[in-house]
Amino acid sequence: MAPKKLGLKQRYAHMTRGLDWETTYQPMDAVFPYDTFEGIKIKDWSAWEDPFRLTMDAYWKFQAEKERKLYAVLDAFAQNNGQTGVSDGRYVNVVKLFLTGISPEEYQAHRGFAFTGRHLRGAGPRVACQMQSLDELRHIQTQIHTISHYNKYFDGISEFPHMHDRVWYLSVPKSFFDDARTAGPFEFMIAIGFAFEYVLTNLLFVPFMSGAAYNGDMSTVTFGFSAQSDESRHMTLGIEVIKFLLEQHPDNLPIVQKWVDKWFWRGHRVLGLVAMMMDYMLPKKVMSWKEAWEIYFTEAGGSLFQDLARYGLKAPKYADVATADAEHISHQNWAVFYQYTHAAAFHTWMPDKEHLDWLSEKYPNTFDKYYRPRWEMWAEMEKQGKRFYNPSLPQLCQVCQIPMAYTEPGDPTKIAFRCSEVGGETYHFCSDGCKDIFDGEPEKYVQSWLPVHQIFQGACGGATIPDVLNYYRMNVGADNMDYVGSPDEKLWNEWHAGKAREAV
Amino acid sequence: MAQIASITLLHNDDARPIIEAILADNPGVRVLNMPGAVKLDCDDELIVKRASVEERLGRPWEPQEIQLVLVSMAGNLDEDDDWFKLSWKH
Amino acid sequence: MSVQIKTIDLEPKRQTFGHVARRLGGDKPATRYQEGTLDVQATANFHYKPLWEPEYWHYDTRKTAVVMEDWYKPLDPRQYYYATYNIARANMNQAVERNFAFVEERGLLETIGEATRAKLLTGFLPIRHLHWGSNMNMAEITQRGYGTAVTAPCIFSAGDHLGMAQIVSRIGLELDGQTGAALDAAKTAWMEDPAWQGVRRLIEDTFVERDWFQLYVAQTLGVNAVLLDMVYRHCDAAWGPSALTVAMLTEFMADWRAEDGKWSDAVVKTVAAESAENKALVSTWAKHWIDRAEEAGKPLSTALTGSPAAATTAADAARTRARALGLDL
Ligand SMILES: [Fe+2]
Ligand SMILES: [Fe+2]
Ligand SMILES: [Zn+2]
Repeated sequence: MAPKKLGLKQRYAHMTRGLDWETTYQPMDAVFPYDTFEGIKIKDWSAWEDPFRLTMDAYWKFQAEKERKLYAVLDAFAQNNGQTGVSDGRYVNVVKLFLTGISPEEYQAHRGFAFTGRHLRGAGPRVACQMQSLDELRHIQTQIHTISHYNKYFDGISEFPHMHDRVWYLSVPKSFFDDARTAGPFEFMIAIGFAFEYVLTNLLFVPFMSGAAYNGDMSTVTFGFSAQSDESRHMTLGIEVIKFLLEQHPDNLPIVQKWVDKWFWRGHRVLGLVAMMMDYMLPKKVMSWKEAWEIYFTEAGGSLFQDLARYGLKAPKYADVATADAEHISHQNWAVFYQYTHAAAFHTWMPDKEHLDWLSEKYPNTFDKYYRPRWEMWAEMEKQGKRFYNPSLPQLCQVCQIPMAYTEPGDPTKIAFRCSEVGGETYHFCSDGCKDIFDGEPEKYVQSWLPVHQIFQGACGGATIPDVLNYYRMNVGADNMDYVGSPDEKLWNEWHAGKAREAV
Repeated sequence: MAQIASITLLHNDDARPIIEAILADNPGVRVLNMPGAVKLDCDDELIVKRASVEERLGRPWEPQEIQLVLVSMAGNLDEDDDWFKLSWKH
Repeated sequence: MSVQIKTIDLEPKRQTFGHVARRLGGDKPATRYQEGTLDVQATANFHYKPLWEPEYWHYDTRKTAVVMEDWYKPLDPRQYYYATYNIARANMNQAVERNFAFVEERGLLETIGEATRAKLLTGFLPIRHLHWGSNMNMAEITQRGYGTAVTAPCIFSAGDHLGMAQIVSRIGLELDGQTGAALDAAKTAWMEDPAWQGVRRLIEDTFVERDWFQLYVAQTLGVNAVLLDMVYRHCDAAWGPSALTVAMLTEFMADWRAEDGKWSDAVVKTVAAESAENKALVSTWAKHWIDRAEEAGKPLSTALTGSPAAATTAADAARTRARALGLDL
């Protein structure tokens, strides 16, 4: 018999499907102990569709090819001292925030998808999850390898894992992923697979990596876009998961809706860090956060939720609030970091005139009215030698863990406060979105390791700011404070003076 | 409101034949150029055809290879031996 | 006459990350394996207890009874990080493609006798399910284990087992003219044939093992060193004149076993060497799972070769191996 060539779909089906079996020596519920407690009902796992249909041989082939290309770029970047050719020394602070705040979450995603890759009962989603677990390990490792070269010259990233477990603002992304990792396997899939990968990840990677390209950072753009090529597989897994859950049983709808609402809001809060990177930290700007939000949430998310409406799923609660926030969030975050620059492991600065004008143009409804005057005042204070620092410790939102600095929807002059009482204790939130999340699962969020509370309880090295910075392993005077006057700036200026001399 | 099917590809030599194939096979496609990447949007559906890519590439090409240059996408994916399709149609 | 131009000072301020430097005993250049592995997993200040296992943190050293002062001691001698792992496997897979093409071109699986074909269908192809079960175990250790040094190579190993399950599937498709009928027959054998039931019972029992390092020992010294070695190395006689063809089509497995074994041996050895308590625990686990694998393998060995000897040979080799790692068996 002449073997016929199988089509992609058939080949994948034969090679992967049927590998699993119904266990009989151990009960299936003991083998898969975690996929029932969330209340999700699955009638037929075999209805799962995996549109990418990658077998391991193809996976190894494609991924090896991507890696060969990526590491060739990284090697060339290091050999040519590409770090001297980025747009400005300030740019590197974006890379710092990325390695300390985002890369460790790639690792969490790696371990989380290993969890769902073992513990979901269906073989199809398990295979897709395991490949994603492998990919996410790729992301953390390629990010470390890329940024390793910056670490040789710039401050603030040398202690990234230590800082990630301790520093106040890094508990924002860390608690986000801890939250997903400690949820059940289906919630993890909706949280990371759907809400993060499908709805929000484009906002993180596409404009941001495009920004790296525009600022001359060929190594970061290469790892970023190379990671994104995996991300499209992840997005597909995310959308398949939500469709699958909604198709399997009508009782799943309210559970999934609650998770979509929760993870959209939580993701939106974390991405405020990215908003700030885009609007304030990229010396050469690609697009504003507001523009990115319009393309990647309003437009793309609109199409998506229109599609999912046939299952009865609604657009995330507070999506309208988040869209209104896009006018403010980057400015309010930058204000926080500027005030607390002594406790942050990257540098801050006040925007120059050209930058202020760009912000005025991009945010005609809000910037001149609410933020520009404050920036000009702070710049003036700097000139007079009275640079503004906030010496107090901020109150943090119990859920998103961001300092309570966000304003009321509809009133950008008034800080928003919400609270709930549980067991005689009052807990504080930055928004209705965060309060709803807390009220939905108070037993979980009363546990939050809130950096400021921990400092007050003496768990962070002592009572004074120097004690705490020591606990963070912050190299004071190098890692923290303004860019102007930093060792980074000094080095950058030397390189450029040197370049100018060589050019003569 | 029309739903937007979208694909974002690296803007490099490897992706060029795919970008050209998309431009040829999807009338009304809208192009957004960004540093390093290009976003292609269509109402409702966008298709990458194997035959069109092979014609431009001058060698056999499997739709799975698109992963090497893919940055992002929107729409429900249908991938087969002869195409890579993103669609909101049912 | 030459003018002295001061060149740009590009002397690095530091060679590597602080945590890596402390482990290397000073600020020196580090490898990509080291930077991509050491201290990458979070260790402190977790926010919430897992809903699915509230007695532990999601990263928690107490999920195994063995105790390490530092889980970054059991390093990978292959020094794999994602890129080097994938490039190595892509290269190994090129040989797989060549071998399958060779066998197809010459029709080597079309001319085998009925007896050998039947044996391959029910005696060999079901091993794809054992690889699938092994994949589940390595994924479990990836999620449950502690420290990137051990857990990262586990997801590589999980991918390897899935890849090997798929290679076996391809052999099935070669045997049945790409219809999948051989794979169905193999699954029936896996579920029902008495020759496989000991193996299936063993792997199902590993699925419920909660101590992740015991699971590691069960998988690497029980399943890999006894059962996989028995089928891939000690049952050649079962395939008669097709032994060479089977060897070609499973070359990946032979290469993989040598390489993966080097890593898993290093991990077991390091963990056992940490303390007398660890050594006693790991020894008990190794003895238990090697003994069980030997018993489980006997009916299969008999079905394939007419004698249980292959199971005993493989188990004895596993015992020798375990003793060489410092275990008391
Ligand atoms: Fe990732
Ligand atoms: Fe991802
Ligand atoms: Zn909040």
